[in-house]
Amino acid sequence: MNDGKPKTIFEKIWDTHVVRRAEGYPDALFIDRHFIHEVTSPQAFDGLKKRGIKVFNTSRTTATADHNVPTKDQHLPIKEALSRHQVETLRNNCKEFGIELYDLGHPFQGIVHIIGPELGLTLPGMTIVCGDSHTSTHGAFGNIAFGIGTSEVEQVLGTQCILQYKPKTMLIEINGELGKGVVSKDIILYIISRLTSSGATGYFVEYAGDTIRQLSMEARMTICNMSIEMGARGGLITPDETTFNYIKGRKFAPQGETFDRQVMEWKKLKTDEGAAYDAVMKFNASDIAPMITYGTNPGMGMRVTDRIPTLAELKEINEQGSFKKSLEYMGLEPGSTLLGKAVDYVFIGSCTNARIEDLRLVASMVKGRKKAANVEVWIIPGSKQVEQQAIKEGLDKIFEAAGFELRSPGCSACLGMNEDKVPAGKYCIATSNRNFEGRQGPKSRTFLASPLSAAAAAITGKVTDVREMV
Amino acid sequence: MSKEKFINLVSTAVPLPVENIDTDQIIPARFLKATTREGFGDNLFRDWRFDNDGQPVKDFVLNGSRYSGKILVAGKNFGCGSSREHAAWALYDFGFRVVISSFFADIFKNNALNNGLLPVVVSDVYLKGLFETVKANPSAAITVDLENQTVSSGAQVAKFEINKYKKTCMINGYDDIDYLLSLNKEVREFDLTHAGS
Repeated sequence: MNDGKPKTIFEKIWDTHVVRRAEGYPDALFIDRHFIHEVTSPQAFDGLKKRGIKVFNTSRTTATADHNVPTKDQHLPIKEALSRHQVETLRNNCKEFGIELYDLGHPFQGIVHIIGPELGLTLPGMTIVCGDSHTSTHGAFGNIAFGIGTSEVEQVLGTQCILQYKPKTMLIEINGELGKGVVSKDIILYIISRLTSSGATGYFVEYAGDTIRQLSMEARMTICNMSIEMGARGGLITPDETTFNYIKGRKFAPQGETFDRQVMEWKKLKTDEGAAYDAVMKFNASDIAPMITYGTNPGMGMRVTDRIPTLAELKEINEQGSFKKSLEYMGLEPGSTLLGKAVDYVFIGSCTNARIEDLRLVASMVKGRKKAANVEVWIIPGSKQVEQQAIKEGLDKIFEAAGFELRSPGCSACLGMNEDKVPAGKYCIATSNRNFEGRQGPKSRTFLASPLSAAAAAITGKVTDVREMV
Repeated sequence: MSKEKFINLVSTAVPLPVENIDTDQIIPARFLKATTREGFGDNLFRDWRFDNDGQPVKDFVLNGSRYSGKILVAGKNFGCGSSREHAAWALYDFGFRVVISSFFADIFKNNALNNGLLPVVVSDVYLKGLFETVKANPSAAITVDLENQTVSSGAQVAKFEINKYKKTCMINGYDDIDYLLSLNKEVREFDLTHAGS
């Protein structure tokens, strides 16, 4: 497939994974790494059983329990019967099909998109899938990673391939210095607010520019994680020294000379000069401020000091109905500002922002301070390893002194599948990725923001411009 | 496992003129705990259909007697958000076989096609006209002809796009996995020789 034309990094990785390209068919794409969890895998295993086929290559699949697990008393049997059954089903399927499972209690258990990178299972140049839309997180390492449905999980388990049409490519370039109090979550919330929640549908995004280059791996993961929130199938960042340093020495990463050889290969993974993209967007870091969402999709975001648009300010008149419905749900007025709005809950967690750097950021803000009396604060680490590291660094003590509750790892109140739910009508400032109606519990109301902004709101009890506190 | 074949459909439609309907609305996460594909229709649009006490919300479109049918007509960017295939299962289980919108999210579109639920993309103008037609006359018959890739309601006819491969699968009830399994030998070789780890 080398026709001499300049290629994007995305095209290079895609083309080297095509097992068969046939007229009239989508590409049969080989999948290097497959992550599975308890919620979107049981029906896939059922399919394999009905067809009488085995898992194609068990060493390429890794399982964990995350979506549906309690974040308290994880050593006890799961109380809720359906949740318990789902986790037990995963356990049985992994045993029957010979798949490595990081179950509750295992030192590697955690949110699927957090454990892949921290264990060195996520590497540059790979194709990675998981039955979860935030699989795009892994793209931060310079690979093609995207979420799939359960029928596709079954395909990958059974054949190590997936049938896909090649998406279009979009370059998003961000240059310049970030201002005080502005972190990677603000960058991606800003981009989505500009592109809307469907603006990148049909595309695979490459994030570039000097602002991105200066970010740590964990900050890059936050950006790639939310690619799906503007409709993109995935988003990637060209690997560099930051990437290689992060991978070096991780449990399942190549070691020693093999690692050095791999780095030589990974360095070739970059977009050729003159390669064409189907769309190009450019942003200035200096335009980005601490962000917050006000509506019921992640595209409905603004700088924390801005006011919510009025109906008349909407670009498309067709959107007025949905916009009104959204603000009614949120209990907010068009044209109003969110600064000073009281919040009831603060959720720090999810595959977007529950890595150790996120917890450090929160700790830096709350050290020596106490949470406001009107808020309840949940900190849900992304994995057992993150939890252990936080304890090792004494962050747990800082959280405890501030009145925050540090719980055990899982997806938790990001999607409210377990018992961690925000009650009806209550406001939660969350570091997660979705503010959809009912996402954190029936009739719950979510403001998405960075870990720093969420921590600031925990202290003041209201939506706060974090720049006044750093 | 072959699925139900889809060739064409003549049905009345249910209008849901809301944009950006995400998969959390179609089926909230707390109802994803089943380990089989059946029964999700009971909780389709759960939090729009039922109040906190589990009572039907009177003015929600699926609760009244005015609209019914196997076609859902919805605002643009339908199915955004989570990759949960349960959204497609819930719509199918409830009885829908077609969703018409002016824009679909990618993963939802794939999931729908993999489950015999046909996503039909029409222009914003056609969609608006269709909402008006259905609202004015809930018994209006809408025809979706997959072979000819047309959707029509009375004199309003629109052509829709679907890729050739997925069209063949829908018409014949084929699964992707049948094709992929036929590549088994090639994939084995690829697995052993390809450069990536």
